[in-house]
Parts: sequence; structure tokens; C-alpha cells
Amino acid sequence: MNYIAAHRHILISLLFLLCTLGIWEWGSQPPEATKAMSEYELLMGGVDQEARVPPPSAIIERAFDELSDPFYDAGPNDKGIGIQLAYSLYRVLMGFFLAALIAIPIGFVIGMFPIMHKALNPYIQILKPISPLAWMPLALFIIKDSEASAIFVIFICSIWPMLINTAFGVADVRKDWINVARTHELSNLRTAFTVILPAAAPTILTGMRISIGIAWLVIVAAEMLVGGTGIGYYVWNEWNNLDLTSVIFSILMIGLVGMLLDLMLSSVSRWVQYKE
Amino acid sequence: MNKNYYVKVENLAKRFPGESKGKDLTVFENCNFGIEKGEFVCIIGHSGCGKSTILNILAGLDQATDGYIFMNDKEVSGPSLERGVVFQNYSLLPWLTTLKNVTFGVRARFPQWSKERVIEHSMKFLELVGLKDSAHRKPSELSGGMRQRVSIARAFATQPNLLLLDEPFGALDALTRGMIQEELIKIWEETKQTVFMITHDVDEAILLADRVLLMTNGPYARVAESVTVSIPRPRERSSVIHHPGFYQIRNHLVDFLVSRSKELSGAIQSDSNIQSFTPSIAPKEVDPIAEGMDVQSQEVGTQEQVISA
Repeated sequence: MNYIAAHRHILISLLFLLCTLGIWEWGSQPPEATKAMSEYELLMGGVDQEARVPPPSAIIERAFDELSDPFYDAGPNDKGIGIQLAYSLYRVLMGFFLAALIAIPIGFVIGMFPIMHKALNPYIQILKPISPLAWMPLALFIIKDSEASAIFVIFICSIWPMLINTAFGVADVRKDWINVARTHELSNLRTAFTVILPAAAPTILTGMRISIGIAWLVIVAAEMLVGGTGIGYYVWNEWNNLDLTSVIFSILMIGLVGMLLDLMLSSVSRWVQYKE
Repeated sequence: MNKNYYVKVENLAKRFPGESKGKDLTVFENCNFGIEKGEFVCIIGHSGCGKSTILNILAGLDQATDGYIFMNDKEVSGPSLERGVVFQNYSLLPWLTTLKNVTFGVRARFPQWSKERVIEHSMKFLELVGLKDSAHRKPSELSGGMRQRVSIARAFATQPNLLLLDEPFGALDALTRGMIQEELIKIWEETKQTVFMITHDVDEAILLADRVLLMTNGPYARVAESVTVSIPRPRERSSVIHHPGFYQIRNHLVDFLVSRSKELSGAIQSDSNIQSFTPSIAPKEVDPIAEGMDVQSQEVGTQEQVISA
């Protein structure tokens, strides 16, 4: 009984899922022909002129199909979902880690020295609200490589949350802990690594989680523009093929991978969390 | 102040720039006192008189506007491992275990020591405060009293030449406070460290201190009296109150806090106009036990300062 009580939310979740899928399935059935088709209708392939959203059953079937062989590669326009996702993940992680490499040290400097905060803040405030895709033409022109441009777009969109959170976390380290470092004659570098970094780590990780979330949002759009490979390109390509079943399937896969990315960072952030 | 103290505080003053130009807010000024090696000195005064500022200046965490502090004939400027601090809010690093919080200090103090030696030394001090079994717990899993013990262990383990305690028991309940006070005496008697401690608690000061410095109210606060606590050691909480001199000292301190701290405050304000040759105003030295009961009646009339230019 207790077990059921503790897991009631799962039941509600499943019920909700079943209802949604049921309504969807029922709503996307083609209307039954009430009378015999005319010759014209037969020529046109049926009474139903309207294109329909594919029912969940078709999507599940497609998912099963795709996931049973996710890494097949049959030429530039026909690659498995696993390959496409791997391309996107590679770009996201590459851009994300490059951004972390730059944002965290700069964030440290801004957080530790109020003068740097004042000096750099105007630039951050101007650059931060720029949609990462707006950088795309400039990136393509300068870098002259669509692959690297996509990575640059990820880089530029993941840098801000990490930068701002790091600066905030570092500036907000309790004065007492800094005083502990000072009374123990720690050098600035050792203070940064043994006191400020662990103290600010939870805030920095929060910034990283926000960044990777945004990066995953942006990669889809960037790949639609850049083309070639990646899950964003896949979605757009299937749209051009008018294969809505694959579009819906890949939308779900984007959500799933995004969730996994967030789970990964949240488990890291649990590891650096401390209780005061 | 002719006496050759181990720690010498001379004409110390702290002023903050006031709201209107030229009108500085003086928290305290003309603070003169000394601490001998191995001495346990407490300082008492009302909130806002600048006790914590004095301690922070001694620690090197804050700067004086005027005056100097010498320790072992060297001027104090900036924080140093020679001076250990126990803060009121414990200031443990919450992401480190109890043991690691202590080794943090020990490693900084003795960088040449091996890892084993650092741990062994740290454990010894954790054992002194009775926390050997909690060595691998995080501060958040400890009670307030236990946290303060860790903080005390960390400070003593670094074996500073001067230990600064900023109201270390202020946030603890009376029972815990009493227990840690006795532990503190025990460690102090074992290590013979020089201690400077802020407290609000008159009984605590009498139990722990060799001498109690009394500060007048701020602004323009100063150290007005230096009261010798000549109750013989070892002292215990239960027996110290039965010593015949206990209430003489206690009454003297309470009387100061209740009335004289107010009356004396700002008394030498005029001297600040001639700062170029400010005289060293030593605190009046008082030994209530030696002076006996008659001191109580006398001191109403004797508020003049001992001036030794």
C-alpha cells in the first residue's frame, strides 16, 4: 500500500500519457468513406484531401525502426538518427567547453575585482541579448567553414550564463571564508582554488546548466541554417521530404537528449553542492 | 606605556569618513594597551565601541586610521599565520570535513610537513576538543557548539603566537558555552598561548582572563581600564564563584558597564585636536581584589586618567 502511495505520481503520469496519445490517435484517423467514391475521387487517391498529422502508432513504429539501426549511413541525405544526434552533440559539447574555458576564468576575474566588473559590464550587457543566430553570417564570412561556424554560434550563446554566474558566485563568496584564507596567508592563486572555487562551484554549475540548455536549443536552429548534418538539419530535411512522422520522432529525440544533458550536469552539481 | 609588552597597541584609532565633509566619525581613538606573552586578555565593552574592529586590526584584516600595533617589536601590517583568529560565526569551510578544516590551517602553517604528520597533528587537536569521532563529518552535520570547537581546534593547531577570539561563544547556549569555556582553559593551559578575546559575558571574562580591558561607549571610545583578575588558577566554573574576590571583580566590571562606560565616553575628545603630540593615555590599572572592598566607594571620585606622555 505504501509503495503505491509513494508512486501515485507515476500512475497519474501514465494516465495522462495514455489520454493524450488516445485523443491524438483518435483525432488523426482519416474519415471513413460514407459512400462509394466517384471516379474523380478514386483518381485523386481517396476522399480525404487534407494532409493529417500522423498518429502516435505510426510514430512509435518509426521510432522502433530508427532506433533499431540508429547509426546506418546511406549517403549524405540518409543517415541514422544516432549519427545525426552525435553530430549535434559534438558541436554542442565543443562550443560549450570552449565557452567554459573562456567564461569561467574571465568570470573569476570579474568576480574578484569590482573594477573589472565595472569595466566589462557594458560589453556583456550589449553582447548578451544578441540572438546567437545573428552571429551566423559574420561567423560564416570570417571562419569560412559551416561546421566551425555552428560551433562558434554555440560558443557565443553558452558563454554568457557561465560568465555571469561565475562572476556572481565569485563575488558572493562569504567574506568570512576569504578572511580564513587571508589569516592563513594563502596566496591569491591558492585562495582562488582552495576557497573561492569550491565556494562558488554550485553557482558556476548552475550557469553551466543554463548554458548547455540554451546551446541545445540553439543547435537545432543553427543546423537548419548550416545544413549538412545534425539533428536540426535532419528535422528540416524530413520536413522537405514531407515525412512528418520522422519530424515528430526527431522532435521527441531532441527533447530526450536535452533532458539527458541536463541530468548529467545536475549530477555534477550535486557533487559540488555543500550545505552551510 | 613603558612596560615591554609582547603585543603593544599604541594610540590606535579608527575613523570613518562622515556624511558631511571634514566631519569624520570616530569609533575609537587613543587606545593603548599591551599584552604579555602567555597572557589571556579579555576585552569588554558595549556594542558599537569598536572591539571587533580592534580585533580585526590585530588580525590584520582591517586597517587602523591612526596608531600602531607591535608584536614582538615588529609592526603588525596585514594578516599573518602568527596571529590565529576564531570568528564568532565559526567560519568553517562547509565543503570540507571537520578534519580537513583543521588540516587546512595546519598545512598552511607547516607546508613542509608530510601528509601523515599534518593529519596526526590535526587529530591531536580535534581530540583535545573532544571531536575525534566527528573528524569525517561536514560542518553542517555538527551543532553550533561542535562547530565552534572545530574552529578553536583549527586556531590552536596552527600554533599562532597570538590567538584572537571574536566573541567565540556569543551564539551558543549557556550549557554548551560553559563546557567549551572549560575546554578552552584546558587547551590554553596546555599550550600557553597568548590570547586576546572579545566577550560580552562578565562571568566568562573572570573565568578565563588574567586581565580584563574595559572600553567606554562609542563614538570616541577608548580602553579606559585594565582590571587584573588575580584569582589563582586553575579555575573552574563551579569553584571560581566561591572565591572571595569573585564578586569584587564582578561588581567592578558590571558597575563599569552599567554606569562608568557611559560617563567616561568621549571624555578625552578634546585631545584629538592636537594629534601631533597625542599623549599615550594608558588605561587605569585596577586590581579589585588587592584594593579590597573600599575600592567601590573610592572610584566614583577618581575618574582622572593616568597620563604618561
